Amino acid sequence: MKILVCVSRTPDTTAKIAFTDNNTKFAEAGVQWIINPYDEWYALVRAIELKEADPATVLHLINVGGAEVDPIIRKALALGGDEAIRIDSTNDDPFFIAAQIADVAKTGGYDLVFTGKETIDYNGSSIGGMVAEMTDLPYISHAIKFDIEGSTASVVREIEGGEETNVVDLPLVVSCQKGMAVQRIPNMKGIMGARTKPLKVQPAVASESYTEVATYDLPAAKAGVKMVSADQPEELVRLLHEEARVI
Amino acid sequence: MVLVFLDQAEGTITKSSYEAASYAAETAKLLGTTADAIVLGVVNDDLTQLGMFGVKDVHTVTNPSLNQFDAQVFANVLAQAAANYNVVIFSNNSTAKAIAPRLSVKLKAGLVAGAVALPELTNGFIVKKSVFSGKAFANIAVSTEKKIISLNVNAFNIVKTEGTATVQPFEAEVGTSKVKTTSVDKVSGEVSLSEAEVVVSGGRGLKGPENWGMIEELAGLLGAATACSRPVADIDWRPHHEHVGQTGLAIAPNLYIAIGISGAIQHLAGVNRSKTIVVINKDADAPFFKAADYGIVGDAFEVVPKMIDAVKKMKGLA
Repeated sequence: MKILVCVSRTPDTTAKIAFTDNNTKFAEAGVQWIINPYDEWYALVRAIELKEADPATVLHLINVGGAEVDPIIRKALALGGDEAIRIDSTNDDPFFIAAQIADVAKTGGYDLVFTGKETIDYNGSSIGGMVAEMTDLPYISHAIKFDIEGSTASVVREIEGGEETNVVDLPLVVSCQKGMAVQRIPNMKGIMGARTKPLKVQPAVASESYTEVATYDLPAAKAGVKMVSADQPEELVRLLHEEARVI
Repeated sequence: MVLVFLDQAEGTITKSSYEAASYAAETAKLLGTTADAIVLGVVNDDLTQLGMFGVKDVHTVTNPSLNQFDAQVFANVLAQAAANYNVVIFSNNSTAKAIAPRLSVKLKAGLVAGAVALPELTNGFIVKKSVFSGKAFANIAVSTEKKIISLNVNAFNIVKTEGTATVQPFEAEVGTSKVKTTSVDKVSGEVSLSEAEVVVSGGRGLKGPENWGMIEELAGLLGAATACSRPVADIDWRPHHEHVGQTGLAIAPNLYIAIGISGAIQHLAGVNRSKTIVVINKDADAPFFKAADYGIVGDAFEVVPKMIDAVKKMKGLA
C-alpha cells in the first residue's frame, strides 16, 4: 500500500497574530512554526501506525511551499515516513495547492491520501475535497477512526451530534481529525534518521489560481470584562437579559 | 443568479441553512438578481416557506439514494443544478466542507470557506472570511467567473420577508455511490452544538462527570447546547462531540458560558467567535477572564445553582 500524507506549516497555536505591509502580509517576526496539528497528530500519526501494522507500506509526505518549510518537513519525517516531496511554490491558493498534490497522487499511484481536517491558519478545509475531485476518488471528511482490511477501508466520520461509519474501497482521500491517533513525540532515532531521508524538491505543475488574499483584518478589541460578585449571580442573569440581550 | 444549498438532517432543513438562504438572497440583491435553493433527499418541511427567507425557486432532487451522504454523489448532482448559476452558497458545516471543495473543482469556481460577511463588489469580488482560528479575518479576492461561498454558522442574521417559494423537482443524474454507510450513531433530541445560540460549557473545574447535572439544567432552561473542554473529553467525562476548542469543534454562539474552564489559548481558538462570553471560575487569574465579556470569580458549585434559580425567576418558573 502507498500512502501520501499532506503536511502544512502553520504558526504555533500560541503565536501572536499580526500583519504588515498595509495588512497584506502575516507578520512572521518572532513566530514559531509547527506542523499543522491536524496533519501531524491525526493524519501523519495514523499513517505511521498503518505502516507499523504492515511494514510493506510506503509512506510519503507532501508539502507545497518554499525552502523555509524544510525544517518542518524534517520534523515530520522524524515522526515517520519514508520520504518527502516538497513542491517548490509559495502560492497559497487552495485550488493551486490541491492541483499540485493531485498531480503527485495520480502519477505516484497512491492508494490513500490523508490530510488534516483543516489548517489552523487558513481554516479552509478545502484541500482534501479538491484533491479527491481532481483525482476522481471518494472523499471521507472529518474522519475520527480509520481501519483497513485488504483493500477496503472502514472510516468513522464525525457528523452533527454523532458519528457515521462508512465502508469504501481504496483508493481514497480522507481528512483526519481528533480520534484518529494519539499524539507522538519524535524520538532521537527518528530525528537522526530524518536527516538522511530523501526530501525531493519538485517544480510546481502549471495550474490556475482561483483566489488570493487581498488584505487581513484583526477583530475589534473587546471592551473588557465586566465582573459580577459571586454572591450575585442574579445580577449576571439580569445583565445577560437586559444589557447583552442574549437570554 | 445565486443558488443556495440547503442541508437537511433527518428530513428537517438545518437552522444554519436558513442563514445561508438569507445570505444568498442578500447576495443576489447586491448582484441585481434572484436567489434559488436546492434540497437533496426527502424533507418534511414546507419548502414554499423558504420564500420568507428571500428564496424564489426551490429545486428538489428526491432520489432516495440521496438519503445517504456521499460527497462525490452530492457534488455531482449540485454541479448539474448549478450549471446556470454564478454564485453558489453553502452553510459552512461538515456537509459543506465535504462537498464545496469538490464543487469548486467541478465548476471551476473559486471557493471562500468560512465567510463572515456579504461579498464586497466595489473592487472585484471580495469576501471576508475567518482565519487563524477566529483570531483574524482575511478578505479573499475571487477571480473566477463562478464563485462558491461557504458561510460560517451563526455569522449572518436571518432576514425574514414576505413571500412564497415555488418548489419544482430537478431532474438530475444521481449516479452510484462508492461509499456505503453502515451505521449512524447520533444523539437526537438535543440542541445541535454548532448551531446553538447559547452554549453552556464545563471544564475540569467541575471535578467529575457526576457534577454535570447543573450544567445540563442551566442549558435546558436556556435552550442551550452543552459543551466541554478538551481534558474533559479526553478523560471521557463527556462525549467527544461536545469538545470545543482548537482540536474540537469551533463554535460561534450568541452566548458562551464557560464554567470551570481556565481558557487555554487552544480552547479560546474554538470559542472566540462567540458574541458574548461569560466566565465562571474560582481562579481570578484564569486567562479566560481576559477574553470574557462578563465574569464571576467564585465556586461553580455555589454560583451555578444560584444562577439557575435566577434564570427560573426571570422566566417566571419560580
